[in-house]
Amino acid sequence: MTDATAETTRASIWRKMRSNTGVVIGGTLLAIIVAIAVFAPLLSPHDPIAQDLTRRLLPPFWHDRSVPEHLLGTDHLGRDYLSRLLYGARVSLGVGLGVTFVSGVIGITLGLLAGYFGGRIDMVISFAITTRLSLPIVLVALAAVALGGASLVTLICVLGLLLWDRFAVVSRAAAQGLRHQEFIMGLHAIGAGLPRILFLEILPNMRATILVVVSLEVANVILLESALSFLGLGVRPPTPSWGLMISEGRDNILFDPWLIALPGTAICLLVLAVNLFGDGLRDIMGPAKR
Amino acid sequence: MIETVLNIQNLRVSLPTDRGVLHAVRGIDLEIKPGQALCLVGESGCGKSLTAMSIMGLLPRYAKVTTDKFDLVGQDLTQKTQAKLAKMRGRDVAMIFQDPTSALNPTLTIGRQLTEGVMRSEGISRKEAEARAIELLERVGISNPAARLTQYPHGFSGGQRQRIMIASALMGQPRLLIADEPTTALDVTIQAQILQLLGELQSDLGLSMLLITHDLGVVAAIANEVAVMYAGRVAERGPAKDLFADPLHPYTRGLLAAIPVPGMTPRGSELPAIPGRVPGLIGPMAGCAFRDRCALSSPECGHDPVPQFKPGNNRFVECLRAGEAAP
Amino acid sequence: MISFISKRLCVAFCVCLTVSGLSFALMFLTGDPAIAIAGSGGRAEDAEAIRIAYGFDRPVTVQYLDWIGSALTGDLGQSIYFNVPVTEIIGNRVGVTLTLGFISFIVALAIAVPLGVAAALRPNGWIDRIALIIAVSGQAIPSFWLGLMSIVVFGVWYGLVPISGAATWQGYILPVVVLSYYAIPELMRITRSGMIDVLSTDYIRAAKAKGLPMHLVISRHALRNAVLPLVSLAAVQLGQLLSGSIVIESVFALNGLGRLAWESLLRSDLPVVQAIILILSLLYVLLTTLADILNAILDPRLRGAS
Repeated sequence: MTDATAETTRASIWRKMRSNTGVVIGGTLLAIIVAIAVFAPLLSPHDPIAQDLTRRLLPPFWHDRSVPEHLLGTDHLGRDYLSRLLYGARVSLGVGLGVTFVSGVIGITLGLLAGYFGGRIDMVISFAITTRLSLPIVLVALAAVALGGASLVTLICVLGLLLWDRFAVVSRAAAQGLRHQEFIMGLHAIGAGLPRILFLEILPNMRATILVVVSLEVANVILLESALSFLGLGVRPPTPSWGLMISEGRDNILFDPWLIALPGTAICLLVLAVNLFGDGLRDIMGPAKR
Repeated sequence: MIETVLNIQNLRVSLPTDRGVLHAVRGIDLEIKPGQALCLVGESGCGKSLTAMSIMGLLPRYAKVTTDKFDLVGQDLTQKTQAKLAKMRGRDVAMIFQDPTSALNPTLTIGRQLTEGVMRSEGISRKEAEARAIELLERVGISNPAARLTQYPHGFSGGQRQRIMIASALMGQPRLLIADEPTTALDVTIQAQILQLLGELQSDLGLSMLLITHDLGVVAAIANEVAVMYAGRVAERGPAKDLFADPLHPYTRGLLAAIPVPGMTPRGSELPAIPGRVPGLIGPMAGCAFRDRCALSSPECGHDPVPQFKPGNNRFVECLRAGEAAP
Repeated sequence: MISFISKRLCVAFCVCLTVSGLSFALMFLTGDPAIAIAGSGGRAEDAEAIRIAYGFDRPVTVQYLDWIGSALTGDLGQSIYFNVPVTEIIGNRVGVTLTLGFISFIVALAIAVPLGVAAALRPNGWIDRIALIIAVSGQAIPSFWLGLMSIVVFGVWYGLVPISGAATWQGYILPVVVLSYYAIPELMRITRSGMIDVLSTDYIRAAKAKGLPMHLVISRHALRNAVLPLVSLAAVQLGQLLSGSIVIESVFALNGLGRLAWESLLRSDLPVVQAIILILSLLYVLLTTLADILNAILDPRLRGAS
């Protein structure tokens, strides 16, 4: 009956975040994984790429044959699985954030230009968005990485160049909405430069939306990286990527299914954390849709 | 001939919210006689729309409704199942809504929307239903009605859509028509036309009507009877003429004083607004809900029950100091 | 209506043209395609011979026009690896991908739409909570991993289904389950939120006020309006299922387009990769265009507008 009073102050957002189950659970989980990624060298009992062929395929602790110094066992090259899993968080988060940064810069710039100017510029950029959406992402990324030479940097650039569409769509809409607002017109009148209007005035007004898209994209990229690495065309060995670990464990799937179960669970937990956090943010900041 | 079309005693509606139970309607009595138009007046949030929704049985599932008596056209609604209540809708009681642009389904033709209810409830053929629809569209002032049946709502203006909604509500030849703020969303000139139409229909068809509005101008145009609601209770009730001529409740007086009267109010003078705001309805409440905004309030106003008076001629007022002049 | 469709078709055509240019440009991402074909250890004479044999010595625009020209007549070039026409190889494989994609799509819709509607009818009820769990888990679990785990559990441990290949229909069970599980969350969310929006409108209250029984209110008044946003999303999802099958096909060893693309990439068979990218993009454009037209037919407001 009564309209909920719009609370936008920092304190009230903080309060809402703490009372949102998704944000609390997702945020806690995410904080733990980020801490693991940052402190991986301190937490890992072994070097994640050091091989020991005499200790191949040791099982994890719940198994009879397990050894105490390899808590989660070893892979087919005798590398410590726990250490590889811990370092894997670095790859997933690094690629996730790196790609989201690249695609965010591209997408937001294009979207703001399209929304602010409209007309022909908007037509061209909207067309670029439509074209980008019609490309089969996995395949194009695979092809580009395969042909462009696989490295972490190539992977981040390729995915960054492919995944800017969602950023472009939301910032275009936001710029369209703000273009005719009085304060923007006023800035125009006092001769404020275009970069200032776009990036210092319009951009801060869409922080909340951007934050939600960032969370969506990070989750999306983490899944995509794991799929590409699984197909052997993402992160190169011996870098410990969870997707790559699943691919390497595939040959031993019959007798040692934990080799794929563990890294897969890690991916699920990370993506779940990011999604819960992002969905919670969306509930707090935007209309209540799931 | 039944004596009352609608007879409700002690209607209470409460809604659970995050901050506690909201007592939106706190025990009201309503009675509408055949051919009569009762107007529920009040500010938004006073419970008048919820009252209408509870008569229609359209309250959200989580709302809690209790009554001592709930008779519609001589039938006891408290004894009816959901399915039987659904059958009464459209036939015994029909409703028109505030915003005609959203009350018509954009993906169905006008003809379909007008006829679907009666074809089901009366078991008549599409042809018969369409004939009735054409007749009613003509009656509410839609030109070339036969051709209009195949059109979709987006081709009509707001006023036309409200006319169509009225026709749609009349399809089942209801005994009682509930109109929830039927003119609020319309332009001023269209408002007058729609009100005139409703008034004509009421007298021509002998229709009983429950009109819900916050606009006293609307009340004066149609109503025989007025009930002024405040914070979930009926503050004052009586025949429209008497109530306008001699308001007894301080709240009614405040409302009437806030209406500019041409020729009476000096140009440029400020209209007296009622100070303060409507109290929150969450949790228990003692005494008169209006006392914080009332110029006449005294400590006794906080005591339960608030005295009720029936100063003759069907009038009713719930106020300790009813009829006293403002200091 | 006519002008809307023709405008839409015009955009679709331009997108196709751009996509064809992009997939053609892939060939040159490596620098010199001839060396890529000959292999980095190949002799310079071999590369030169390949360059002439494949026409790489001609100007790029001529090569593109030649490629797109023959593509229009149904000739997508020769596979470098198999040395047979690309269309022939693709023709042998496309059936598996289409079967998998369409069945998964139907299954996903058949689960997502009723579940989304049921969830919307009682928000925060138990069906809504189950739907939420399905959606959240479906979006967090990588499909290739779910595929592998389901092979381990149902194929290896219980032996209920064949663990690879599509020789029998049972071979499709797990891939379909995994792929539809991937598509369900988005479809369900949009059904649920669309339905919740529609159910709170006045025309639903008006329909109830007419005395229509609840099942008619939902099927006639609510669903039709709630599916409008679903149509566009469904087209996008079907496109993604078809192109997303690349991962699933390699997990389950299904000989479809996706697996072909992956194998061709590993053996630098670029004409095949180009052709598959082109075909998948065109399919996507076709699907979204059809969805737009379908939307215009379903929604009278769009039909009236020019």
